[in-house]
Amino acid sequence: MTVAIVGLGQTSVGEHWDVSLRHLAWQAIERALDDAATTDIDALYVGNMLASKSSHQDHLGALIADYSGLRGVEAVAVDAGEASGAVAMRQAVLAVMSGQIRTALVVGVEKATDQTGSESLSSQSTGLDADYETVHGLTPAAMAGLMMRRYMHENEVGVAEFANFSVNAHANGGKNPLAMFRNRFRAEKFTKAPLVADPVSLFDASPVGDGAAAVVITSQERAMDMVPQPVRVSGSAVATDAFALADRQNPLWLKAVELSSERALRQAGLAIEDVNLFELHDSYTIMSTLALEAMGLADPGRGWKLAAEENILDGRLPMSTFGGLKARGNPLGATGIYQIVEVAHQLRGSAGANQVADVKVGLAQNIGGTGGTAVTHVLQID
Amino acid sequence: MQVAKHWRMKAQRYYMGQDGVAPATTTQQNAEDFQFNGRGEIYSYSTVYDAPAGYEGQAPYTVALVKLQEGPLVTAQLTDIDEDELRIGLPVEMTTRKLLTEGEEGMIVYGYKFRPSF
Repeated sequence: MTVAIVGLGQTSVGEHWDVSLRHLAWQAIERALDDAATTDIDALYVGNMLASKSSHQDHLGALIADYSGLRGVEAVAVDAGEASGAVAMRQAVLAVMSGQIRTALVVGVEKATDQTGSESLSSQSTGLDADYETVHGLTPAAMAGLMMRRYMHENEVGVAEFANFSVNAHANGGKNPLAMFRNRFRAEKFTKAPLVADPVSLFDASPVGDGAAAVVITSQERAMDMVPQPVRVSGSAVATDAFALADRQNPLWLKAVELSSERALRQAGLAIEDVNLFELHDSYTIMSTLALEAMGLADPGRGWKLAAEENILDGRLPMSTFGGLKARGNPLGATGIYQIVEVAHQLRGSAGANQVADVKVGLAQNIGGTGGTAVTHVLQID
Repeated sequence: MQVAKHWRMKAQRYYMGQDGVAPATTTQQNAEDFQFNGRGEIYSYSTVYDAPAGYEGQAPYTVALVKLQEGPLVTAQLTDIDEDELRIGLPVEMTTRKLLTEGEEGMIVYGYKFRPSF
């Protein structure tokens, strides 16, 4: 059975101090249900990373179902660190494909800014290995720092070579009214940015914010009767890798990215060359670089060149078209659903000022931890 | 980290992920005790300026992937090292140090760090 997206909803990414976790989720859900013109939902899948820490709240499936007026539906929350959103999407796709669930609602929600400073950083680090990484004071930025330093050493590149990933993201984020940062970036400023975890600077790292995004999915057959432009989910795949970075055969090879994109494209019957648009997990510039290499879009050691030498603003494969994690913002467990909503808007032609021309096949890729989980979705419009 | 957790880790299965056996084929019976000699070299490093809770007092501090002489990589902090000494390939050795103090009345957690070896 083919699955299709019939409703899209999202809030802005930033500091939503005025709304609670459940209210934020509901804002995205209400928009997605309006967009699909239905309230006939059989199951709710929630993607979230921080609620148990930042909101002292678990059991999000029933909580958000209740608050959203969906009492009675089957509901569950999914955790896969920063990849929680896309893994929740995968569970919903499987449910609809099984025939057990007719229409599913997926919401990614994160309320990150109720904690600040070092407490917030501790919570954000819980997607890493507690026994072998975080106990030594490592954070997601420190992990990225280890990968970026090694990459620069092996491939003889400097920090400035990574700048265009962020320049591109901010140029696109500037046109997205929901983006966390809408300022433009100049590449010259890149090497002077404050360091977070040397060599990773503020300009390499995506800002963590609050946000919620939701999609409604159902069978392709039913979708045709519901909305004028259903977006087909032609590939959906989750893969895992050695959990700790130190346990990987090659710490600069994102095996889960390779596996999930291979599987998703195989399901769709497509090759990477067929993809018109890519929402990648640009949490750090080094993660963008390594993902492009693991997917075969660049040779090993040459991923940075796609940003540095090719024009990724309007080049062969547009990326981070609504600003990516870097400028739209990184709402952790909600990020994967933002990416799917954005690709779906591009395919429907409803991307506004961020619209890319002639998009038929779009890829959304969400990564948890340093690549312990990677999820790739292939979306298409007929 | 609680006291019990600290001691549990001594018995926790650790596989030499880089070149070692596939963990699924390792059992309680065929696993072996193995003692590393504690020496290796810096494979990569990063100096952390934004520290998580419990580590604020130490910032900035430098973390590293250390390639042990036996092959595996280990993640740990570096200690007793000057910033201008930092380089990939620098020989280092393991040493026992305080990792963090969990508040006024909390645990003092000890563990391994690496320092330059000569």
